[in-house]
Amino acid sequence: MIKAELLRSMNEAIVAGDKAAAVALAADAVRSGADLLEVIEKGFVTGLQKVGELWEQGDYFLPELISSAEAMKAAMAVLEPELARKKIEARTGGKVVIGTVEGDIHDIGKNLVASMLQAGGFEVFDLGADVKLERFVEKAEAVGARIICLSALLTTTMTNQKRLIGLLRDRSLRDKYKVLVGGAPASRKWADEIGADGYAENAVAAVKLVRTIAGRD
Amino acid sequence: MIETKRPKLELLSGAFVERIVDEGLTLLEKQGIMIENAEALRLLGDAGAVVDRASQRARFGRKLVEGCLASTPSAIMLYDRSGEKAFAVGGDEVHFDPGSAAVTLLDHDTQEERKAATTDLVDFYKLVETLEHIHFQSTGLISSDVPAAVSDCYRLYLGLCLSTKPFVTGTFRVEGFRPMKDFLVAVRGGERELRLKPLAIFDACPSPPLKWSNLTAQSLLDAARAGIPSELISMGMTGATSPATIAGTLVQHVAENLCGLTICQVAAKGAPVIFGGSPSSFDMRKGTTPMGAIETMMIDSAYAQIGKFLKLPTHAYMGLSDAKVNDPQAGFETAMGAVLGALSGINVISGPGMLDFESSQSLEKLVIDDGICAMVYRLLAGITQRDDPIALDLFEGFTPDMKFLSHPHTRQWYRKEHILAGLIDRDPYEAWVTAGRTSIVDKAHADVRRRLEKYITPPLADPVRKGMDEIITAYARSLGIGRLPVWEL
Repeated sequence: MIKAELLRSMNEAIVAGDKAAAVALAADAVRSGADLLEVIEKGFVTGLQKVGELWEQGDYFLPELISSAEAMKAAMAVLEPELARKKIEARTGGKVVIGTVEGDIHDIGKNLVASMLQAGGFEVFDLGADVKLERFVEKAEAVGARIICLSALLTTTMTNQKRLIGLLRDRSLRDKYKVLVGGAPASRKWADEIGADGYAENAVAAVKLVRTIAGRD
Repeated sequence: MIETKRPKLELLSGAFVERIVDEGLTLLEKQGIMIENAEALRLLGDAGAVVDRASQRARFGRKLVEGCLASTPSAIMLYDRSGEKAFAVGGDEVHFDPGSAAVTLLDHDTQEERKAATTDLVDFYKLVETLEHIHFQSTGLISSDVPAAVSDCYRLYLGLCLSTKPFVTGTFRVEGFRPMKDFLVAVRGGERELRLKPLAIFDACPSPPLKWSNLTAQSLLDAARAGIPSELISMGMTGATSPATIAGTLVQHVAENLCGLTICQVAAKGAPVIFGGSPSSFDMRKGTTPMGAIETMMIDSAYAQIGKFLKLPTHAYMGLSDAKVNDPQAGFETAMGAVLGALSGINVISGPGMLDFESSQSLEKLVIDDGICAMVYRLLAGITQRDDPIALDLFEGFTPDMKFLSHPHTRQWYRKEHILAGLIDRDPYEAWVTAGRTSIVDKAHADVRRRLEKYITPPLADPVRKGMDEIITAYARSLGIGRLPVWEL
């Protein structure tokens, strides 16, 4: 049993977006041989949930959100080698391929979603910006991901979200993947129109959406 | 007579300006800038910059930048299509142009944004041609009914066919520059003539932080060699792609723009360059880039002040809004920006007609904004002493029943001192009700229709038109495009 005080410190480090503190606490946990699943679930993840709540209440803005996600990632990076050594499976979220579609170099929103997903326990394969549609499919096939997230900031490039769905259909792979879309010009209506499996309007909503979709699989 | 004071806004103290410029120059020296263009890197290296080919980074000292600043003209004369009417871009001259390269048009009938097509672009050019206070055209809409590969040059082609005003434009692809320049040369009748009488400004945007892409660096090189003015559009987003502080973003702005200016000067000494930008106060909730935010306008005004300190012509994206329709937000953001930009003495102000973070154009808004520009010009003209004594003569032999309305002094001055209301509502309440409670947007829509009906295509000499037709046809063919949308001119 880990001391409640220690779990609270972990929680606070994530809420404050304090990367150094999160890393130090994770290292302490490894050194002291603590139950790492408890550390993750009751220490760090609860902090991230609190961050999501603060965002939804309008108290937190993008800088807080991204700092917390990065603190979470940093803590996980310390815990992961130890988890692997002990053969503990902690990442239950699943694999996600994400990128900004070809012709579009805007990646701020996409980076945020990728960070939040990663912090939320997903294994994220971020292909970057201006990504050829074929690469999304190749990557998802190669790593065995089931979820593909497509970002687009321009109305001229959002049509590539639709094209990817066509591409999957042409290759008889449509049922194998869940395709989620986001970005300034995208909307729930657009997602329905192109036959995507979901749409999220911001990074916090995106994590919830992916979680729901992954759970459904 | 007492000299008329030109109203002027300066947000920074002289010491603050110097400090920001100093840090910008230090940034170029210490961090340098990534330039994804081999030729630009080579030219900078030849001029004394320290170039690291592997990281595509160039670092250069004050001496190089200061030499380049010295060879950059402080004012540029642009000429209309006929080559007769001149527009000075420099000093405290203010010229408005419609915000450029919108992807959608706000459809008045549906009040929805939709992709723009050739017919919309034609209406846009015709309308802007009739707007008295918008001195420049811009290639303000992207036509969705032509292949993307040809769209940058197609919109300039259409514009030059339909309008005489000078243009603000830019390339979408490296290959687009050649045909676009060729149109301008065809209009002027030669490369030398184009150099002497520039007709269009080319926008080129660095990619913040501290990077010039291959496309935009190439545009700088190509434009500099052709004597075409380049407008440097640094666009940091506070706290996202540039420092969160306004002053910090200004430091980055200076470094990026001065790198662009240096690229132009090493390509062709004396090349015309405009110190412009499209920075924004990044919205930390929505992740958007509001052009109507007061902090965005403060950054614009301040970097323009810095541009003037560097003795350069200036530009900003102001007089536009992030609203999606012509609502109160559209009006107040546009008016605030236009007033602040003009008081800052910004030479080229890109904005009228624009909505939705520089992504949408509205014909109705263009007409409304033309009225805003009219007010702005009146403001800039200031308060003048018309008579000496100012008014004592007028009151000579004063009696309480003195009638100003019928006084010759009123007829002499009222049209010079006051501008007309245009579309602005100044009806008494009852008259407004009787007239159908019409909004300014409805009046603007009727005015758009009226103006488009009245529009007459300014004649273009047959050989020029033929030359332009040949250029676009050959270029389209080289891209495997056989047909372009048919239009009625």
